[in-house]
Amino acid sequence: MIYNLPYIAAVIIIILGIITMVTKKNLIKIIMGLSLVEAGVNLFLVATGYVSGGSAPIFTNAASLKMVFPTVQAMTLTNIVIGIATTAMLLSFVMVIYKKYKSASVTDLGRLKG
Amino acid sequence: MISDWILQNLPALLLAVPMLGAFATPLFGHVSDSARNTWVMLVSLATLVIAGLLTNEVLINGTLVYTFGAAQPSLAIPADSAGIPFRIIFTVDAMSVFMAISACIVGFAVSLYSITASKKMSGKDSFFALLLLMQVGILGMVCTGDMFNFFVFLEINSLAGAALVASRIDMGVAVEAGLKYAVLSTLGGLLVLFSVGLFYGQYDALNIAVIAQNMQFGMLDKVALVLLLVALAMKSGAVPMHFWTPDAYSMAPSGITAFLVVASQASLYGLFRVLFTLYNVTLDYVTTGWVIIILGVLSMFIGVTMAIPQKDVKRLMSYHAVSQTGYMLLGVGVGLAVLGDETMMNAFGMTAMQGGLFHIINHAMYKGLLFLTAGAIFYQTDTRNLNKLGGLGHDMKWTMLFFVIGALAIAGIPPFNGFESKLMIYESVFMFNPALSVIAMVVSILTLASFVKVFHSMFTGPRLPEYSEVREVPKPMLIAMGILALLVVLFGVFPQPVVDFIVTPAASALVDQSGYIAAVLGGA
Repeated sequence: MIYNLPYIAAVIIIILGIITMVTKKNLIKIIMGLSLVEAGVNLFLVATGYVSGGSAPIFTNAASLKMVFPTVQAMTLTNIVIGIATTAMLLSFVMVIYKKYKSASVTDLGRLKG
Repeated sequence: MISDWILQNLPALLLAVPMLGAFATPLFGHVSDSARNTWVMLVSLATLVIAGLLTNEVLINGTLVYTFGAAQPSLAIPADSAGIPFRIIFTVDAMSVFMAISACIVGFAVSLYSITASKKMSGKDSFFALLLLMQVGILGMVCTGDMFNFFVFLEINSLAGAALVASRIDMGVAVEAGLKYAVLSTLGGLLVLFSVGLFYGQYDALNIAVIAQNMQFGMLDKVALVLLLVALAMKSGAVPMHFWTPDAYSMAPSGITAFLVVASQASLYGLFRVLFTLYNVTLDYVTTGWVIIILGVLSMFIGVTMAIPQKDVKRLMSYHAVSQTGYMLLGVGVGLAVLGDETMMNAFGMTAMQGGLFHIINHAMYKGLLFLTAGAIFYQTDTRNLNKLGGLGHDMKWTMLFFVIGALAIAGIPPFNGFESKLMIYESVFMFNPALSVIAMVVSILTLASFVKVFHSMFTGPRLPEYSEVREVPKPMLIAMGILALLVVLFGVFPQPVVDFIVTPAASALVDQSGYIAAVLGGA
């Protein structure tokens, strides 16, 4: 059970993020929800890479030869970088929308119906 | 010597050329507009040539495996790695080159079109850089043999696509559409990444072939399958996750819309790759096949019924794009539903798959053509409202001709390409379940009806006074449309060589899971 805690936490964070995205009306809050989902996925990836008793994959001061394969860390880093790019782009979209519509609320959007 | 080197590194060059092109575009933009335009055209043409060479190579020599960073590109498994291919591997099989060549043809036409069509825009340097980056994303998605790499290219594709959708910020609505597209694709991308994590946790591998070989189809794999199915079906615009398509497609500049269609199809490719290569018969193929079939039928029917009342011509065409995606899902879904049954597979399963895949390349051609003609109309009249347009046939004869070709092709009228692929789908699906085939035919008739309406309101009638200044669009735009129209006609008149040459190998490559695994891991 205790070993599964990180996974459970990751799933809870993801679900919270999706709930935020669905229920909130403010665009900034929706993007925050998206960031929560991203954080949850990152936590899940890092948790997958945890090996009990393994050491960091740095040869010079490794205590034992039981090392952790660093793939998930690399994946998480990549995802963080992609996440920054996405969030920056989304926030700049919100800025433009706010300039044009004088509002950042979902209820004032929806001019695309047709 | 140099040609040997090029031949050896084709899969890497397919991505490296447009990527270099994208990042060098602003540099050439500093020199002059025409320098940048020439550069973009050169890069696009070079990518098309590389895709052609790669297609030739793969169809002659079979699946190509390219390992990045290895001493020999064909060396997928390093000697000291205990059989684990831990490098990033591109696995280019007939299905990949099939998607790549259709993406490159449309990409070339779109860049040619956009160079003239974007004359009135500002920020053209970044526009073309993003256009080429989107091509990188699409080509990467279809060529990669690594799940995480697939996610990265999916994100490149989504980011570039969303930025391009929002590129006309002056009205705000385009940004709204871009935001919608970006939020949904990011969420979809994160779901894909989550399932990649699930795979990695179980099989310690990211390589598609390795995961496919070890696939247990336990609980976690089922969760991963559902997540991938939802995310990729959403990205490809299938009902019930289609709501972003009309917004994004109608608000993007027309050239980009034609390319977004290809981007959606790359997600569709991802979906098929997951179903056929990653899971194959380990999953309950009848149930999953029916899920895909139901998604397809819903997309076909809801897409076309939503399209009929639309007044915005691009919005109408976007709903038709949803509807046409349904045909591809239906064809391939039928193939999946009978995958484990040898006799049914030979009787009609293969034909259904070929029809579905043939429809992908046909759809890229005629839908691209239709969006480009809609863009040509918008370029000259500044409106997309069908109630305001009229009488354009007098002055825009070529555009009208291209529109008619595209409209007849999408409605499945011979001798255009849409007819050939739809016929294959009708015939094979009829043997599987006649009701599905009837629905598909009804949808085709409704499609024809709505395009007759569009044709009437745009081109026929007397010359309207407000469009007295309207002339034919500039030549490069006409040539771009002409390339696609020519292909639509050629594929329709000579379908058999096309089917034999690229579609059948693609369908066979897709169902042949063991061949895919063997190509990467060696052995039987």
